[in-house]
Amino acid sequence: MSYPVEQNEKFTAYANPERLVSTEWLAAAIEGGALNDGKLVVVESDEDVLLYETGHIPGAVKVDWHTDLNDEVTRDYVDGNAFAALAAAKGISRDTTVVIYGDKSNWWAAYALWVFTLFGHEDVRLLDGGRDKWIAEGRELTTDVPAPAAGDYPVVERNDAPIRAFKDDVLAHLGKPLIDVRSPEEYTGQRTHMPAYPEEGALRGGHIPTAASIPWARAAAEDGTYRTRPELEALYLGEAGLTEGDDVVAYCRIGERSSHTWFALKYLLGFETVRNYDGSWTEWGNAVRVPIVKGAERGSVPAGAR
Amino acid sequence: MSTYALPTALAEIVDDFQALTEPDRLQLLLEFSRALPELPERLRDHPELLEQVVECQSPLFLTIETEKDDAGSPAAFRLFFKAPPEAPTTRGFAGVLHEGLDGLTAEEILAVPDDMPELLGLTRAITPLRMRGMTAMLGRIKRKVAASARLQS
Repeated sequence: MSYPVEQNEKFTAYANPERLVSTEWLAAAIEGGALNDGKLVVVESDEDVLLYETGHIPGAVKVDWHTDLNDEVTRDYVDGNAFAALAAAKGISRDTTVVIYGDKSNWWAAYALWVFTLFGHEDVRLLDGGRDKWIAEGRELTTDVPAPAAGDYPVVERNDAPIRAFKDDVLAHLGKPLIDVRSPEEYTGQRTHMPAYPEEGALRGGHIPTAASIPWARAAAEDGTYRTRPELEALYLGEAGLTEGDDVVAYCRIGERSSHTWFALKYLLGFETVRNYDGSWTEWGNAVRVPIVKGAERGSVPAGAR
Repeated sequence: MSTYALPTALAEIVDDFQALTEPDRLQLLLEFSRALPELPERLRDHPELLEQVVECQSPLFLTIETEKDDAGSPAAFRLFFKAPPEAPTTRGFAGVLHEGLDGLTAEEILAVPDDMPELLGLTRAITPLRMRGMTAMLGRIKRKVAASARLQS
């Protein structure tokens, strides 16, 4: 870790406190000139592609989850060449400490952090509370877009296996814990939508057999920060029934909301093996002959489903 | 796709977008988001009079009203939108539809092709997922206008 890690009581209770920074910490670091030499780079990643342009943390660069991190043709993330070019253009080197923040309780920021982790970027952290907390505290915003000196980023091949699950991995995983982070309506398959507005995202509704329903936002407090360790334990160890050492897969619709949960399980609660199934419901709900459970019950794995 | 069925104001907006490079198109959309008028007071305190377009990733509410003059000419439709400032893309497209369609007749609005949002040349920059909310917004306006026009005929 190249930039000093924040120490505070809330973070210390987490398994990997070095993965979070507070707004106070970031404001002080910026004030102290941390952004001047490329050691620390602040990245904003939002759902809304224009939000950064309306005002952002001074010195922050923008990474759009879709246009920058997804391959334009294949449903996959960018390759090592494209990622190296993106990072360098944003002033990020391989040893840079990257702090990512965004809108909606860091939903998209966590997704960007997960993609950085696919490339093995070592020191990448989330701003606890994200954009909304920074603004709620009346901290400085600017519309000035920085022009950072190019970073020095090697072409690194993505290493998906440790943190990314594909459909076949999920089929092989059936019987082990799954967390469905979508809304209860999506989980049960009773998706609410207006008449004459067919849901185009998936041909089938419901959830993957045995998945526990823990909507992603329950891991966030009202101010968008992550809940405390005891609160997260009540949610995932208590309600979802995970036990220490479990091999867990989280999913949602396209893998964004589940990145937020992935972060909580991996870094805040310290589960070693947590994978995000980014194919998620837009793949599973359209795939032929995969098992699906409808309704509020978790259901069981049908014989021969694996 | 062609712009032949577009009302004049909307056709001009489409031409403006198409004349720009992709980053400048995003800037123009941002300007439209800033130009979206506030709700009039009579609607501001009555959220129940607005309908949410659920396909938009961010909350977007809209409603329509008709204005009829005494001469018996077709009624003009007024459009009203509400979207939070933290949803500039959604607001921007609402701004485009407001400037392009506000004050037109049912016939003119219903003639706008459903895939008109594609004409702005933003699909790559904004992504198909985000464009879907925009298409839904136009669809909702057209359905409300069609229903209202049926009632009046």
